[in-house]
Amino acid sequence: MDDGVSSASVGRSISRLETREKLTGAAKYIADLARPNMLHAAILGSPHAHARILSYNTTAARAVPGVHAVQTGADFPDGRMGAFVKDEPPIAQEKVRYIGEPVAVVAADNEAIARRAAQLIEIEYEELPAIVTPEDALAGNAALVHEDLANYFMVYDAVRYGNVLSETTLSEGDIEKGFAEADIVVEGEFETPAQAHVAIEPCGALAEIDDAGRVTLWSANQSVFRVQANVCESLKLPMSKLRSLTPRIGGGFGNKMEAHVQPLVVQLAIVTRRPVKLILSREEDFETVRVRHPFKIRMRTGARKDGTLVARDTEVILDGGAYGDDSPGVLGYSMLMSRGPYAIPHARAHGRLVYTNKIRSGAFRGFGNPQMQFAGETQIDEIASQLGIDPIEIRLKNALRGEGPWFLGQKLASNGFVECLERLRDMSDWKNRHRAVATAGKRRGFGIAAGAHISGLLGTGAIVRLLEDGTVVLNTGAVDIGQGSDTVLAQICAEALKVPLDRVAVASPDTDGSPYNWGTTASRVTFTTGRSVAMAAAEVETQIKELAADMLECAAADLELRPGGFVGIKGVPDKQLPLFVVSLQAHWRRGGPIIGHHSWVFDRPAVDPKRAVATGMPFRQIGVYSFAAQAVEIEIDEVTGKSEVIKAWSAVDVGRAINPASVEGQMDGGFVQGLGFALTEEVVFDQGRIVNPTLMDYKVPTARDVPHTMKTAIVEAPEPDGPFGAKGVGEIGLVPTPAAIANAIADATGARLRRLPMTPERVLDAMLPAEDADAP
Amino acid sequence: MNANIEIALTVNGTARSVTVPAGETLLETLRERLALTGAKRGCNQGVCGACTISVDGRPVRGCLTLTANCADSEIVTIEGMAIDGALGRIQLALEATGAVQCGFCTSGMVIAAEALLQANPHPSAAEIQTGISGNLCRCSGYRMIVDAVLLAAAAEER
Repeated sequence: MDDGVSSASVGRSISRLETREKLTGAAKYIADLARPNMLHAAILGSPHAHARILSYNTTAARAVPGVHAVQTGADFPDGRMGAFVKDEPPIAQEKVRYIGEPVAVVAADNEAIARRAAQLIEIEYEELPAIVTPEDALAGNAALVHEDLANYFMVYDAVRYGNVLSETTLSEGDIEKGFAEADIVVEGEFETPAQAHVAIEPCGALAEIDDAGRVTLWSANQSVFRVQANVCESLKLPMSKLRSLTPRIGGGFGNKMEAHVQPLVVQLAIVTRRPVKLILSREEDFETVRVRHPFKIRMRTGARKDGTLVARDTEVILDGGAYGDDSPGVLGYSMLMSRGPYAIPHARAHGRLVYTNKIRSGAFRGFGNPQMQFAGETQIDEIASQLGIDPIEIRLKNALRGEGPWFLGQKLASNGFVECLERLRDMSDWKNRHRAVATAGKRRGFGIAAGAHISGLLGTGAIVRLLEDGTVVLNTGAVDIGQGSDTVLAQICAEALKVPLDRVAVASPDTDGSPYNWGTTASRVTFTTGRSVAMAAAEVETQIKELAADMLECAAADLELRPGGFVGIKGVPDKQLPLFVVSLQAHWRRGGPIIGHHSWVFDRPAVDPKRAVATGMPFRQIGVYSFAAQAVEIEIDEVTGKSEVIKAWSAVDVGRAINPASVEGQMDGGFVQGLGFALTEEVVFDQGRIVNPTLMDYKVPTARDVPHTMKTAIVEAPEPDGPFGAKGVGEIGLVPTPAAIANAIADATGARLRRLPMTPERVLDAMLPAEDADAP
Repeated sequence: MNANIEIALTVNGTARSVTVPAGETLLETLRERLALTGAKRGCNQGVCGACTISVDGRPVRGCLTLTANCADSEIVTIEGMAIDGALGRIQLALEATGAVQCGFCTSGMVIAAEALLQANPHPSAAEIQTGISGNLCRCSGYRMIVDAVLLAAAAEER
């Protein structure tokens, strides 16, 4: 797509376009917005995990001075929303399905009044048996979380029955034959907890209705289009009646991808005819938005004596919580990741996704992949250890090389995995790792793990418009959630048009004017939207040349774009025109600006039917693969069992780093979120109630809990489909992390931990039998 | 208890007078009465640090500080950290290292880091990690923020 020579913008570590806004406190997030005459809303959450709603009494709440509306499930339209299965009402209706689920909502003059009034709403419930674990859900006579499951609209075919929302089965090769060929087989059960996203900005939304009854909605989100779809499906509104916009977003890790409070504020705005804002408290954010899926994984991996991996069998149960949300995607994707980035000829994966009476599970950075690699990368380490093979060597021996293919048959057009492993080995001085001496009273260990992650999925587009003065407006509909995509997309646009970066303005996503974008998820914006930007810019280039050819009296094919915003005749340096002159002509002679538009969806199938069998896969086409390998050095306190990560190294293949500092930022941030998942973070449930919904009790890593030495090596295996060769980096930073840390703990102590988080208590407990086994 | 109290204070160098209920927090006063929304409500219980504000030179939690206790205090918020459009040393360093991602923790982080450098002009990386450990960041992994504070401290030497 590019000669790769001219790099005015691409490849530079430009700080975020909006950095100064953020550094001076000027940046406006959802909680900072206000509209004239605005009301404030508050929710009342369910006290029960599973109960039938018998009656509402809102009289006392309505009587509170300053209250303008009280709405319950009886007042809301009875639409159903969901990306994969339309099972979720805008607010609890007839039943409550998890503790904290909004059952009523109040709009009042201020937040304090709204919160006080919400507590005065009386609701009569009939309690039902609560399904709090997947085992409960699968029991023979289990109560049903959704009695209507069979009637829900689903966007893909899946087996569904009882409390099982979806089943995915994938296989390639002959699993029995594979294990028969194996000299050793490792087998284990792994368990990972619900992790909370904890974007520092809690979720919120602000809706305003105009005199014609059309609603404008601002919200903390990862996709203005998913917001529009969710609100309109659940409230049975025509999509033309809702305009979805975005302020700055204070972090999104999947939690802001699907709906949170947007349907509630839209309903209140419609009822009150006034602007309404609702910002969740931290506790409500923990209790009502979504979490990372708890996984139970049973995995077997077989290898020959020389370390060749021959078979892997994976069986998982995902706890989906009360509503489908993005869960079917997480199930299908995690199964696709179950073989890891290795050429294992015989592999099978089977997964079930069950409903429980807990907060919904949904998208969370990694989308099921960190859980799978925790199991898979642990087992590869066990095999290496049992066979006396170096952990990097065994991965190199089995690595997918060249075109692969990936599990189920997709060929890899770019693959830097082997280089990632080699770079990691060099940068961490792997062979000398055990020369370091542990601090007194501590055990020191090193661990590595690897992984791959896609970028891709679903629709995206870009509109590049040349304004009369030759400056450019780039409109993609992709929400920058803080990861820096506005900057990266502007860099791609500026590079493609050879104009200075400051001539490119990025339009804020707007469902009225932006091209469709599924969302900022699946590590997809740089790769998919970036490609649309490059292609739309190429269309602009074509039109510039058509006009300029007329003006310069030459053939369009003889023209070239020149750095600084010029178009000129190849080989004739003084024959050129500034873009503003061409654009002016376009406005005067053609009646409007030069506009380039491009939209696409990743179109290479994930499954090759000649190689593999797949059922219950929600996506036919997935995306391209980025690769990473990580190493950590840790110390474990022999008395407390506390693990401290001293150093961390990552090597990541991103195709092409459009903005290297942003790549490093994604890798650092991903690693630390993975470190939290590995060591401290767990949403703890007691009979469906979250017992630690505060930042006091739910421990995200602080600056003291992370290594200052975190190094990232960027590997660039250019992706032919990507803009300037780029592919995604948003999620891969945490994919190998829990396994790398677990492998380091095993190296330090001899103990294998198969349950996250690996708390000091669990590490100590695991160390004791390992020591007993060592005793003479 | 909730009687209104008139409080005189200085905010970013300007004398202000506010009439607030006794239970109102400084964070609420700044955000809702004075339209200074740079300080953020991340947890409202003093853990995340996104609401960190400088009161008489000390970094405090805006969500745990009562405005009624700030009579005659010098308040500096993120909006007061850039003078006439010129960014302060921490802000410049955060920009230079590329540490700013979503920006929601940034206001509090700048105030906390500046207070750290006031107390300890030449901190080690470990001292910085401790010094900013009351301010959560979920995007950056902290490395570039620590690098920025090191950079700001070094810049001061020159």
